[in-house]
Amino acid sequence: MTESVETSALTPAPGSPAPGVSGQTGTVVRSTVLRRLFKNPLGIIAIAILTALAVMAVFADALAPFDENFANISKTLAAPDAVNILGTDSSGRDVWSRLLFGAQLTLLSALLCAAVAILIGLPAGLVAGYYAGKFEAVANWIVGILMSLPGLIVLMTIRSAYGPSVWIAMIAFGVLISPSYFRLVRSAVQSVRNELYVDAARVSGLSDLRIITRHIFSVVRAPIIIQTAAITGVAIAIQSALEFLGLGDPAKATWGVMLSEGFKNVYLTPSLLFWPAFAMALAIGSLVLLGNAIRDALEDGEKIKHRRKKAHQAEDAAAASAAKAARKTIAAVDAGTEHHLVKVTNLGVGYPQADGSIKKVVDDVSFHVDRGEILGIVGESGSGKSQTAFSILGLLPDTARIVAGAIQFDGNYTVAPGEDKVNQDRLSKLRGKRISYIPQEPMSNLDPAFTIGYQLVTPMVRVLGISKAEATTRAMKLLADVGIVHPDRTFKAYPHEVSGGMAQRVLIAGAISCEPDLIIADEPTTALDVTVQADVLDLIRDLQRRLGVGVIMVTHNFGVVADLCDRVVVMQNGRLVEEGPVREILRNPKESYTQTLLGSMLEGKEPMTMLVSATAKENAL
Amino acid sequence: MTETAALDAAESAPARDGLLRVENLVVDYAGKGFRARKFRALTDINISIGQGETLGLVGESGSGKTTLGRAVLGLAPVSGGKITFEGQDISHATRKQRRILSRDMQVVFQDPYTSLNPALEIGDILAEPLGVQGMEASAAKKRVKELLDQVGLPSDALHRLPREFSGGQRQRVAIARALALSPKLIVCDEPVSALDLSTQARVLDLFLQIQKDTGVSYLFVSHDLDVVRHISHRVAVMYRGEIVEQGPAEVVTRNPEHPYTQRLLLASPVPDPDRQEKRRADRHRLLEEQRQQAEQAGVPA
Repeated sequence: MTESVETSALTPAPGSPAPGVSGQTGTVVRSTVLRRLFKNPLGIIAIAILTALAVMAVFADALAPFDENFANISKTLAAPDAVNILGTDSSGRDVWSRLLFGAQLTLLSALLCAAVAILIGLPAGLVAGYYAGKFEAVANWIVGILMSLPGLIVLMTIRSAYGPSVWIAMIAFGVLISPSYFRLVRSAVQSVRNELYVDAARVSGLSDLRIITRHIFSVVRAPIIIQTAAITGVAIAIQSALEFLGLGDPAKATWGVMLSEGFKNVYLTPSLLFWPAFAMALAIGSLVLLGNAIRDALEDGEKIKHRRKKAHQAEDAAAASAAKAARKTIAAVDAGTEHHLVKVTNLGVGYPQADGSIKKVVDDVSFHVDRGEILGIVGESGSGKSQTAFSILGLLPDTARIVAGAIQFDGNYTVAPGEDKVNQDRLSKLRGKRISYIPQEPMSNLDPAFTIGYQLVTPMVRVLGISKAEATTRAMKLLADVGIVHPDRTFKAYPHEVSGGMAQRVLIAGAISCEPDLIIADEPTTALDVTVQADVLDLIRDLQRRLGVGVIMVTHNFGVVADLCDRVVVMQNGRLVEEGPVREILRNPKESYTQTLLGSMLEGKEPMTMLVSATAKENAL
Repeated sequence: MTETAALDAAESAPARDGLLRVENLVVDYAGKGFRARKFRALTDINISIGQGETLGLVGESGSGKTTLGRAVLGLAPVSGGKITFEGQDISHATRKQRRILSRDMQVVFQDPYTSLNPALEIGDILAEPLGVQGMEASAAKKRVKELLDQVGLPSDALHRLPREFSGGQRQRVAIARALALSPKLIVCDEPVSALDLSTQARVLDLFLQIQKDTGVSYLFVSHDLDVVRHISHRVAVMYRGEIVEQGPAEVVTRNPEHPYTQRLLLASPVPDPDRQEKRRADRHRLLEEQRQQAEQAGVPA
């Protein structure tokens, strides 16, 4: 019943209605990771360059006109010509050929480095993340030691001990850099170790090895690919740095050796320095870009671009200035409706999709709330009830659009007809002062870094413009009002020190602190235990009577509705199904949907009997 | 407490031999940090479940009801007492014993969103327990089709991913996975709490139908007294790591004896304004009575 994620529209209902049908329309449009990667120009460029480099490296033997160490003593430091297309170096070796063979060795050894790092870091990370305990403790010690070692100095030591082999150097560097994989994998595994599907696999009797390979490995796959792109780049850079310092094998052509050679002749032939540096820059740059492109492609929440052509900009500007003018003179609400505290007229809310269509989550919803009245909005998850409440509060996500209708509060439009966004200028004057909000999850709505007192006092100082001392006395009184036995103790407490029911009382105290006219409560008791729920409902009823505020109660629970509400709105798939006084709706619902919902209540049913299957044979959920 | 439990066991209807017995179970969790105090999650738990019987376990969050289910499944550490399944002590079963046990004992978790691996197709998820028991791929495929049919999902669900299904459908997949090996006991940990009302009704129907067809037993954990009353033969009420009341469902959920169960019963709102008003008044009266009794007993409320 986590209504708050409704916005992400993650529920592509099977057989969604075709566009044009009323209610929630449009489907969620997704594109695969690979397609997104290829759509990204930087990704394509990076892949193209890396492919070209790889082809050059693989076919170096065929492509190179000379052997890497073939020296023509009579032609040193030559300028490019038809035979040596990039010229020759100080020993008369062909630069182009050496560049090709260098690509072979440089790229292969960098990949070897990444492979070594993965071979060590991945299994160790998987085991440490999954089993924790002693292995993790020991592994963390080793990681700490490895990370505190100065890499270049270790590599120089190894060079002096084992000779100038680029392979040995890269294997050593792979070991040195393996902690980066270890940490990445360990934290990824820790995040899924206690997922229920892992528990389910344990109950099924899967061996740990099977659980890790089947259920856990998939989580670390993507981060490892990204990390490998970065590590390979680093390996190229480190290897070249070593060789540039003259620690490389002079008998082998690598980019680093060429760089070192070029540096020696920098005044005679600067281009000798340029070519290996250029090759390195290309390789490292494209690896970094590729990593970024993969990360972007994997990240959820595609950015929906507004493709606007220049021709349209003038129109847009005109529309914007018209809207600006309209904002100055807010259209007057329809005569005869000013007395309603809130009036929602034919509201439609939608989310633009990647393909340009709009997924509607609220469609043609109209209702009103008067002062001192409690309106219940009932519906199942995905019915659009929270989205409706959030549009009144002006707290819809940025991507949301008001596609139709209007909302007025106390005789003024907050969303005038024709506007496609909630006007934050107008609403921020109301929110917190005249409209307040009680959320579903009390704990996640209190900042764990501040005391409860601070979180109550600060808004009062800002909104009511009273002094801190005055706000503090007021907060104490409010805490006592919402039935907290020791207000002073709670005032000083941090959110984690109080229970869920207590936290919800604190939030209710916050909601009434600035004497609002309207309270919007979004499933305020869903996260609470039944006994605590009863207390909180008592509190809301009591406060509502005392303060005479209007309340919009968003809930899925008909018991809560019966307990509190005067009138009820039933919603389904973004549409308003039925509206009426609470007794009318709960006792004689006219619409079949409301009847089905009430029929699903367990209260008063014969135990151990079928609830729906007996009457209606519906398999689709 | 043990006395009433024994009494209730004697008068409850189905199968006396007892499929699952939990005796004097204690579960301690290690505290966080060096030499931290242990946290006692369960104290002296005694329950038993017979063949084809449903034991409903009700309580508030933190009461230990989920821990009890997990201890039976071997997912929580047993620090004392004994769990026997078909006469065999499984308090400290090894992974190998668990693998054999998993044929007879399965689980359905609360959250259908995290209990299915998002990266696996439905067909693979359902075939997993079959593969562990060494069933051949072709036979497993056939069984998976049967399972989908049994829980009322279309057979084209095989090659789809969990995210393509609604909450209720995912819970059906989870139930199908639990049913795959035709177990004798399914531990259901709040299996309908995350579902919408109408979906909840259909899934409860499915649970009842499956029990009727296969004679499976359920340990049914829920915070909702209405749900537990609807599906259980017997009900145990948990409060702060202990079972405070246990007996036939009708008795415990309609005329409870323990003060906590009484509070729980009257706290659950009914979908009618006038009856709810009466219930609210009853609740306030009860709370007042219990407060006075507590005062007389000299315990601060």
